[in-house]
Amino acid sequence: MRKVLESILVPVLAVLIALLISAFVIVAIGKNPLQAYAVLVRGAFGSKQAIIDTLIKTTPLILTGLAVGFGFRAGVFNIGAEGQMAMGALIAASIASNFGNIPPVVAIPLTLVIGMGAGAGWAAIAGFLKAKTGAHEVVTTIMLNWITTFVASFMVTGPLATGSGTPKSPEIAASAQLPILMKVGAMELSAGIIISLLAAVFMYVFLNKTTVGYEVKAVGFNPYAAEYGGISVSKNVVLAMAISGALAGLAGVTELMGVHHRFLGELSGGKGFDGISIALIGQNNPIGIIFAALLIGALRTGSNEMQFLGVSKYIVIIVQGIVIFLVAADRIVRTIYLRKKVKS
Amino acid sequence: MAPEVNEIKTAHHLYAVEMIDITKRFPGVLANDRVTLRVKAGEIHAIVGENGAGKSTLMNQLYGLYHPDSGEIRIFGEQKRFHGPRDAIRAGIGMVHQHFMLVDTLTVAENVVLGSEPVKGLNFDLNRAREEVRKLSEAYGLYVDIDAKIEDIPVGMQQRVEIIKTLYRGANIIILDEPTAVLTPQEVEELFEIMRNLKKSGKTILFISHKLNEVMEISDRITVMRGGRVTAELITKETNEREIARAMVGRDVVLKLDKPPHKAKDVVLEVRNLWVKDNRHLNAVRGVSFQVRAGEVVGIAGVAGNGQTELVEAITGLRKVENGEIIFLGKNVAGAHPRQLREMGMSHIAEDRLKYALIKPFPAYYNAILGRHYKTPFASGAFLNHREIKRFTAELMEEFDVRPRIIEHLGGNFSGGNQQKLVVGREIKAHPKFMVVAQPTRGLDVGAIEFIHRQILRMREQDVAILLISMELEEIFSLSDRILVMYEGQIMGEVRPEETTVEEVGLMMAGKRLEEIRGGKK
Ligand SMILES: Nc1ncnc2c1ncn2[C@@H]1O[C@H](COP(=O)(O)OP(=O)(O)OP(=O)(O)O)[C@@H](O)[C@H]1O
Ligand SMILES: [Mg+2]
Repeated sequence: MRKVLESILVPVLAVLIALLISAFVIVAIGKNPLQAYAVLVRGAFGSKQAIIDTLIKTTPLILTGLAVGFGFRAGVFNIGAEGQMAMGALIAASIASNFGNIPPVVAIPLTLVIGMGAGAGWAAIAGFLKAKTGAHEVVTTIMLNWITTFVASFMVTGPLATGSGTPKSPEIAASAQLPILMKVGAMELSAGIIISLLAAVFMYVFLNKTTVGYEVKAVGFNPYAAEYGGISVSKNVVLAMAISGALAGLAGVTELMGVHHRFLGELSGGKGFDGISIALIGQNNPIGIIFAALLIGALRTGSNEMQFLGVSKYIVIIVQGIVIFLVAADRIVRTIYLRKKVKS
Repeated sequence: MAPEVNEIKTAHHLYAVEMIDITKRFPGVLANDRVTLRVKAGEIHAIVGENGAGKSTLMNQLYGLYHPDSGEIRIFGEQKRFHGPRDAIRAGIGMVHQHFMLVDTLTVAENVVLGSEPVKGLNFDLNRAREEVRKLSEAYGLYVDIDAKIEDIPVGMQQRVEIIKTLYRGANIIILDEPTAVLTPQEVEELFEIMRNLKKSGKTILFISHKLNEVMEISDRITVMRGGRVTAELITKETNEREIARAMVGRDVVLKLDKPPHKAKDVVLEVRNLWVKDNRHLNAVRGVSFQVRAGEVVGIAGVAGNGQTELVEAITGLRKVENGEIIFLGKNVAGAHPRQLREMGMSHIAEDRLKYALIKPFPAYYNAILGRHYKTPFASGAFLNHREIKRFTAELMEEFDVRPRIIEHLGGNFSGGNQQKLVVGREIKAHPKFMVVAQPTRGLDVGAIEFIHRQILRMREQDVAILLISMELEEIFSLSDRILVMYEGQIMGEVRPEETTVEEVGLMMAGKRLEEIRGGKK
């Protein structure tokens, strides 16, 4: 129980400190921080539309956060969620545009599986290279990210190109689009948010309740002991990368099926990398990741509103940066906390 | 009154270390309960006690790794409060841990200076580092190979590197936590020589050991701990092993093992002309052949680093076999995966438990099922069966006296000896047909050693085939039915314990073949 409390305490403390520091910055540019934060909160949660907007932004962040967090728990540093996300969306887009004659009950799961499979396969390459040659996944996934960038822009300007203006793929079949849960104005909240929550449940159950989860964690903690215990390290490294990639692919494909309905020729705009921050803030815990994603999603949504006040939206980047710094520097927080305990 | 004040002052300086009324609690465990330890300047002070008595915890507080919940630490009479090892190092304290803390891929010299590297301009000055390490090494007779990588040198040398490291950082008070547990008798003698040198040059040494003969030989005074408390403070010259043992366990210990005759049955494991390479790709095992039968203990004696580790790793599937066959239950299993071997009924108590046998961040109940985690009753289908896992762990901890009896306790938080009991219990409770037992009692207290030895003999009576690797000749002699002696990757001879002498085995360990020894006598 105390451990749970402690693991919540650190990120919450970090957020509060970050808001405090940013408040000084806002004062420095001659604005009222309280007013700015009030607008920020209103912008993120103040209306139905705002809430929907926040949830739409949160959905892919939960999934990339889970992708990276899962990797960390399994001892791999998947820095390529960005590329896996794009790969998932790209492959699913190119196939699902032909699903016109397939009913939604089949088309939706099928498209989801294609997207996850593409992400998994793409990440598994890095896992395979690590298992066989020892090449570090940080290096290989970054390389795969670049390959994805070029493949993606080739596809949308070449084979998949449609219409004029910005390069893009054709729309996916209506039957492959995710159902809309709520609609306010132009804002449509798709079932993607439910998928992302289910993915968090999956990660929790997988890591804590299954034998394969046990093995993946064992390999992450101590590969020597894992091998000694009859757990194949190379198999599990590939598996861990694949699952992490599948979650990233799912992020891409839910964006495709729930928001854009077509592939827009570029990577996810940093959501894959956001996953790293979110996993850190959420301490690689599925529930923590949900809240961390919501935090970042809300900051992003609310910051637009804050702009109208004359406070740059980059303030939230400062907030985000400080939070990450503080959580990553968890040890510092911990030692201060420990020392206090010793003194008292 | 002035003279008295003066006296008090000198009395203070008499002690290099005073830890007064130290209490330290961990969740569910009172590790130190109002412990008072006084160490005179310039003495070798031994601390003994059962596994989990709180020795390492006490030392970790002296070294600033843990903070006492209450109590006071004085160094040369001056009250100190350490916020971390850095403070302790500044106060002249050095520690060589039970488990070494060196960086495998760096050289000896680099490891010594790590954290306080000499620099030239902005660059690391390797030459100066090497020079300083060489000077220290010569001054105290600490022989090391300055440019070798840590992963390539024997444990005995790694330990000397750790000691040099403390000296390099200016330690006057050196803590050695179970330094002899991993050493050969020869290396122990060398270590004692070094300790005497250090003492001569005025250093104060804290020495933890489970081996009472060592304590009798090297120490000046002894503090005995039991269950987190100090139970005796003894002057070595005025005491004996019996008295120490009684203070340790609270009763008389009888260290007499009787090994009833037992007939060996069918061959369970046969190794034929086995060749294995070590990490440096040199041949470590060079054409070894032997058999192990059901119901017998085959002991492999030898100085550490003569291929025993590689032999064990090859048999248990952890290292590649270059050449030769390993026939297990009639099947060649050279190159088989550990899982396959475990499925067939092989168990393995690994020599390096922190590297191989234990996952430190896993709770006891996950460590207790490693290797069988995917099988019934611990799993049903793809899911772990937590209730059964926890029940089994509680049973194991009871049966093998793993303390504290907390199934959620993390593997890394048990004391060294209790980690070993957990591992031994797990491997025995897998009901193997063949068991590789490497250094099973390293770091265990007398009571626990006796217990584990009895377990091994019980397995033998149940017709399990057992291959025992140990650096303790006593252990080899008292448990084995046959003894093989390994030297430079080869077997020098096979003898029965009742038909040989320690001297004869010792000669083989030094590289003489049995035929040469016995032939020479005629
Ligand atoms: N970090 C920790 N967290 C929780 N409990 C701990 C921790 N470190 C030690 N303990 C517990 O404190 C007790 C004392 O452990 P300690 O390591 O000091 O024993 P020890 O005397 O050194 O034993 P050994 O001879 O086996 O090394 C044990 O019950 C151990 O499980
Ligand atoms: Mg200890």
